[in-house]
Amino acid sequence: MCLAIPARVIELLPDEMARVSLDGVVVNASVALLEDVAIGDYVVLHVGYALAKIDEDEALRTLSLLREAALLGADA
Amino acid sequence: MKHVDEYRDGKLARDLARRIAAEARADRCYRFMEFCGGHTHAISRYGVEDLLPANIRMIHGPGCPVCVLPMGRIDDAISLAKRPEVTLCTYGDLMRVPGSNGSSLLKTKAAGADIRMVYSTLDAIAIAANEPERQVVFFAIGFETTTPPTAMAIRLAQKKRLTNFTIFCNHVLTPSAIQKILEASDPDAVEIDGFIGPAHVSTIIGTTPYQRFATEFHKPVVVAGFEPLDVVQAILMLVRQVNESRAEIENQYIRAVSAEGNRRALAEIADIFETRESFEWRGLGEIPDSALRLREPYAQFDAERRFTIVTRPARDNPACECGAILRGAKRPRDCKLFGAACTPETPMGACMVSSEGSCAAYWAYGRFRDRETGLQRVGAP
Amino acid sequence: MNKYEPLGRKLDLRSGRVDLSHGSGGRAMARLIADVFHKAFDNEFLRAGNDQSVFDIAGGRMVMTTDGYVVSPLFFPGGDIGDLAVNGTINDIAMAGAKPLYMSASFIIEEGFPLADLARIAQSMGDASRAANVPIITGDTKVVERGKADGVFISTSCVGVVPAGLYLSGDRARAGDIILLSGSIGDHGVAVMSKRENLSFETQVLSDTAALHDLVAVMVEAAGASIRLMRDPTRGGLAATLNEIAHQSRVGVRIEEASVSVRPQVAAACELLGLDPLFVANEGKLVAFVAPEATEKLLAAMRAHPLGQDSARIGEVIEDEHCFVQMTTAFGGGRIVDWLSGEQLPRIC
Repeated sequence: MCLAIPARVIELLPDEMARVSLDGVVVNASVALLEDVAIGDYVVLHVGYALAKIDEDEALRTLSLLREAALLGADA
Repeated sequence: MKHVDEYRDGKLARDLARRIAAEARADRCYRFMEFCGGHTHAISRYGVEDLLPANIRMIHGPGCPVCVLPMGRIDDAISLAKRPEVTLCTYGDLMRVPGSNGSSLLKTKAAGADIRMVYSTLDAIAIAANEPERQVVFFAIGFETTTPPTAMAIRLAQKKRLTNFTIFCNHVLTPSAIQKILEASDPDAVEIDGFIGPAHVSTIIGTTPYQRFATEFHKPVVVAGFEPLDVVQAILMLVRQVNESRAEIENQYIRAVSAEGNRRALAEIADIFETRESFEWRGLGEIPDSALRLREPYAQFDAERRFTIVTRPARDNPACECGAILRGAKRPRDCKLFGAACTPETPMGACMVSSEGSCAAYWAYGRFRDRETGLQRVGAP
Repeated sequence: MNKYEPLGRKLDLRSGRVDLSHGSGGRAMARLIADVFHKAFDNEFLRAGNDQSVFDIAGGRMVMTTDGYVVSPLFFPGGDIGDLAVNGTINDIAMAGAKPLYMSASFIIEEGFPLADLARIAQSMGDASRAANVPIITGDTKVVERGKADGVFISTSCVGVVPAGLYLSGDRARAGDIILLSGSIGDHGVAVMSKRENLSFETQVLSDTAALHDLVAVMVEAAGASIRLMRDPTRGGLAATLNEIAHQSRVGVRIEEASVSVRPQVAAACELLGLDPLFVANEGKLVAFVAPEATEKLLAAMRAHPLGQDSARIGEVIEDEHCFVQMTTAFGGGRIVDWLSGEQLPRIC
């Protein structure tokens, strides 16, 4: 499976394109597969296409679940 | 990198691993297959297995579209590229994959063929638009993650009314491959206790397609994100399912994967592609309903129709154990060819061909472990 | 009456192009050499106008190296083929612990190559040579037909002198030695890649091309007797260099990923393309294998130098008949760092 990386949308362009940034490295990507993409959104980027939006709330939830489980592990 | 670095935290990983060790029952083994090549790569690159207790074994599945591409299809791509009017556009992964007689796209390019490495189908479309006198063929491979970019390229080609753009379609389907593994009746096969579901394939297809593996085969599937902590968390979730005799589809990658997947992508794929009755997978043989081709209304974009390609089957070396390795029945070091005739420079079979293949990953990252446990057959560089 | 110009009209450096006459040994070639190379490199040796240059040697062990430069694209963020040619060649001498003295530069130019580009490259070389205090004292020029060279190929050689008592060599590493790295990795490779066709991404990453002989001199002064060897990890990256040395010295290497510095943008670009920074080229960094007791002293000396500010201890040498390069990942697991055979290609999987 395929190499994909989260990148931040920094500019919307015509023809369902956008400029996305990964820590300052900027590429043009197609956002044609997503709806309602806004500047500041994080998207999963694969071969020049944004495939999914990263849900910030779910991301926080995942991290907190991880840390909870890890705490239990630290005490184990 | 946001949404990346947090999931590479070593301290969290060690604590989580201790949790896994505490919950894994000492009286049994857990064998989990990570289907996706990206996960194989992450596990190897970060040394995830070193953190797991000895009774948890990761089996590397066939989720590497480069590895499972039959040699005959590489031969076809090379033939296409040799035509003087053709510009073959390809992802970097395919450049070194050996075809028959030691050929490859890289060597064919060196001999003068117009082969161009691209990062995206967008680049291939741009080439076709800028060079109308060339017949641009895009070598399309990949699981469901990579199919939507090909679909969108067809849409763009339509929109721009390009008559010089075609794709050589080798897109394959994840659930069919998982099914084949579960149905395989290998005398040496190791029972798989659960699957780590692919991260980015699932952003497209959602989690629903895996349901039948839980209901029909009673195997838990945990869809995991791409980063090592995601994988470790998914392993914990699988251990829990096994301990509790559950077989459910769980989603660890909730930040990017939903149950229904990417509706637009799925709609485009359904409109543009149809399933081939059967397709040969290197190391796994023929699998029904496992690959895509363009539907009739898009025939003009199909390289196989435009250039009348008839794929000849090309056989792997009989000593090659890729099939068994892909099914989890054998390990790289069980293959006589590993490290001897078969190395990353001279790959004999599917598993060595791409950096995500089991044998390639083991060669690149894991050979030193054999040495430490005193086992024989460590490949010399 | 017009002044008689023995070499003919001055070259049109703005819009002119190199043609076959510039390589044929006649007046046109003399004009090219004068207007482009001598102008940029200018020194007493070249002014003498001979096919060779004569210099005194102070005595001691001499070092000589030769190099070829074929980088594409010719101009990239942070430098060009000219900088690379001067700095890279100087670095080969420096890695022996030696002081570089004089360089040669030979050009194979493709017919049709813009003179403006050639002048720009020559100027870069002249600037780099003056900054390093290593004059280019002799050279050669050839022109080949269109299509037979990728713009321009540069071939160099350099001579230097090794201080007495210093013996650096790739086969001298032994178990217990400490491995030092002078700074972040991957900058050059990413900078060059950002300019390649079909891989268009914008980045502020600059090539790290730099002449390291001054840093080396500082290191030799601090603890020369404790340095086993030095090498600059160019093509193939840090991974190739560590593997080469492991095999030359018949030892194993163990490094800690967390101690290997990678700039955020370099890391990001590598993630995007599916590349591992360990395999990406550098042009202004060095690794040094040193006796353990000299570690702190050498690190202090390196960090005090502008080109070594981010120097760090990255690992150690161990006994290993398989000569593996092992790495403890930042994640806490272990892996080996393979010795790639070909160039790392961007991947999608």
